[in-house]
Amino acid sequence: MIKGVKQMVFSGLAEKLQETFRRLKGKGRLTEADVDEAMKEVKRALLGADVNFQVVKKFVQRVKERAIGQDILDSLTPGQQVIKIVRDELAALMGGTQSKINVSPKPPTLVMLVGLHGAGKTTSAAKLANTLRKTGRRPLLVAGDVYRPAAIKQLQVLGQQLDVPVFSMGDRQSPVDIARAAVEHAVGTGRDLVIIDTAGRLQIDQEMMDELAAIKAAVHPHEILLVVDAMTGQVAVNVAEAFNSRLGLDGVILTKLDGDARGGAALSMKAVTGCPVKFAGVGEKLDALEPFHPDRMADRILGMGDVLTLIEKAQASFDADQVAKLNQKIKNVEFTLDDFLEQLQEVRKLGPIQQIIGMIPGLGSMKKMKELGDIDDKELVYVEAIIKSMTPWERNRPHEINGSRRRRIARGSGTSVQQVNSVLKQFEQTKKMMRQFSEMGKSMKKGGRVPGNLFTGKGNPLF
Amino acid sequence: MGIFDRLKQSLTRTRQGLVEKIETLVSGHKSIDDDLYEELEEALIQADVGMDTAVDLIADLRREVKARGVREPEQLTSLLQELIGDILGQETVPLNTGGPPAVIMVVGVNGVGKTTTIGKLARYCQSRGQRVLLAAGDTFRAAAIDQLEIWGQRTGITVIKHREGADPAAVAYDALQAARSRGADVLIIDTAGRLHTKSNLMEELKKVGRVLGRELPGAPHEVLLVLDATTGQNAISQAKLFGQATGVTGIVLTKLDGTARGGVIIGIRRELDIPVKFIGIGESVDDLRPFHAGEFVAALFDRRDKETV
Ligand SMILES: Nc1nc2c(ncn2[C@@H]2O[C@H](COP(=O)(O)OP(=O)(O)OP(=O)(O)O)[C@@H](O)[C@H]2O)c(=O)[nH]1
Ligand SMILES: [Mg+2]
Repeated sequence: MIKGVKQMVFSGLAEKLQETFRRLKGKGRLTEADVDEAMKEVKRALLGADVNFQVVKKFVQRVKERAIGQDILDSLTPGQQVIKIVRDELAALMGGTQSKINVSPKPPTLVMLVGLHGAGKTTSAAKLANTLRKTGRRPLLVAGDVYRPAAIKQLQVLGQQLDVPVFSMGDRQSPVDIARAAVEHAVGTGRDLVIIDTAGRLQIDQEMMDELAAIKAAVHPHEILLVVDAMTGQVAVNVAEAFNSRLGLDGVILTKLDGDARGGAALSMKAVTGCPVKFAGVGEKLDALEPFHPDRMADRILGMGDVLTLIEKAQASFDADQVAKLNQKIKNVEFTLDDFLEQLQEVRKLGPIQQIIGMIPGLGSMKKMKELGDIDDKELVYVEAIIKSMTPWERNRPHEINGSRRRRIARGSGTSVQQVNSVLKQFEQTKKMMRQFSEMGKSMKKGGRVPGNLFTGKGNPLF
Repeated sequence: MGIFDRLKQSLTRTRQGLVEKIETLVSGHKSIDDDLYEELEEALIQADVGMDTAVDLIADLRREVKARGVREPEQLTSLLQELIGDILGQETVPLNTGGPPAVIMVVGVNGVGKTTTIGKLARYCQSRGQRVLLAAGDTFRAAAIDQLEIWGQRTGITVIKHREGADPAAVAYDALQAARSRGADVLIIDTAGRLHTKSNLMEELKKVGRVLGRELPGAPHEVLLVLDATTGQNAISQAKLFGQATGVTGIVLTKLDGTARGGVIIGIRRELDIPVKFIGIGESVDDLRPFHAGEFVAALFDRRDKETV
């Protein structure tokens, strides 16, 4: 079963490439035919992640050139070697982490958000205000979407929630005038960061694109960010190209990354505009904006999951002693229901369980993992009641809790037998997940550089 | 611009695009060869059809070409259109009837165009002589209720609402009672956008459905999943998970007035038995049209916006 879970986690490209190369064992050098075969899988993975077709073509060509004729390093299998090249190229293409915005030496700094309809501009504007406020800025939000019904109101409500002022002139003034007046207002009220929300628009709508150009000409934003939905398909390149050539973009915000989209649009964006993705939206709450990590995105696009984020989060949340103790217990199959309760509370500190599970492809779609993710705070109360209604003997031997014991526990905790069953089931699942955490942790500790080690190092669970 | 001009405009664009595309695709080829097949496959992939579906379609195409002894490159595209039409269904599927009131729930991920679609759909039903009522079931997103109310004003339709943060199932319940007492023919319920992977939020939707079904057996008669045409392969996951949670009965494909083709619905239709019922072609109240497979396929090969990579 554990093995099954692991396969699910790392299924996708890595496994397919392993398959492709299995028959090549013993070869010392990658030939063109080998590489062609592998590139078909790479192409499929990238297209499946919605990387633009043209971008894929060029990328595959480049990787192929690099891979052919390469000696296979002693430490690697051919499959690992190709994955390493693909991954390195992909991460390099997406550039380093650059979650900074251009700050003007002469305040206020002006940021303008642009993009298609429904990409998430308004929410991102509020999130950005929230994030940058934490670095000491004094933001002003500007309601520049005068077209969509209640868009102004939406920004006002978000501003209120954050206690950040929102500048609006209603929906009868032109966005250009609004932007101009907003900057004056910011200067007058000592705001050093102006974030301008704009209406969603089609990149082929000349009139609407002209409007953005006019705002730019009027106030000269220091930073123009294109907001892009992570689920965007092939059209991402046209959109990026059109906005970039008209406005000259400085960066991208990739939204809705908390779902299961593989986010190939990120790669297309970078390839077309040369602009880095600076921030990632990972939830509806106003603090759900994160710096963007190209290397992790590379893994996600390739279908290898955001395993690193997960590990990092887990590390930040569990202290080392606790992890060591837990690892020991898991190894000795001593993990008990008491530990479960404690762990449940710990795991919850990592963030919403759904979000954590969502970072691991394969896991997110596993029914059993879904059940685990369904535990919410209210249920936690039941879980606690149920576990507390067990005798110490039972807590140490959950698998020996039979029907009549289950009925007694249900009565004692004021729950149903089904609820008791489901807690026991969730316990089993957690045990498995914990074991995975610990295995990931192990493979990390052995080698120095984390990302490289996870995917190419010896003794790594992947290969 | 009036409604007919608009339709004509979008149709002309579509037709022109198709003609151009066929001409460029086919003119370079004197006979049906591998290059031509490959170009067609690429056109499909660029329209978000997805690699696997595109590869299958081309394989089917090759088989049909052989079976029917097709020789002219010109015939290829119409054959391909026929194959895709077979998958998507040649007939336009109307809205389910029921009730009264016929209850329509509108669901989908954030920002795909649910609320706007409801405004358009309300006008569509109205224009067919039906009495419509709207329910502001998005109690989560800031100003979502105000947004629907503006559509209510535009169409002269009453919106049943609670305050922000209220239980959407309670809104649905009240709206259903109101629809009955006012003798409405159609009740359209807005819901908050949500990612299909968040099981607690999907549970919330299920609950809305349950409450409606308990009050009026058979309700909701229609659960419309709104998909954004700019979405790529993730739409398949959306259709699956929304389908599992709410029993989606139809798809509305929005934002087809842009350059996105929405080819992913072919893959969805192959895997799931959900018909596309409407398409959205703009932000105005009249920009909704019943789905026609033929037109859609024609637009798949349209290239208004040249590739620029
Ligand atoms: N061009 C174009 N824009 C559309 C279409 N349908 C909706 N929109 C726009 O897409 C944006 C989002 O639409 P909404 O109706 O608010 O989407 P929603 O799904 O209700 O969004 P949430 O409730 O926030 O999840 C708005 O700017 C709409 O005007 C369409 O067919 N074409
Ligand atoms: Mg809405």
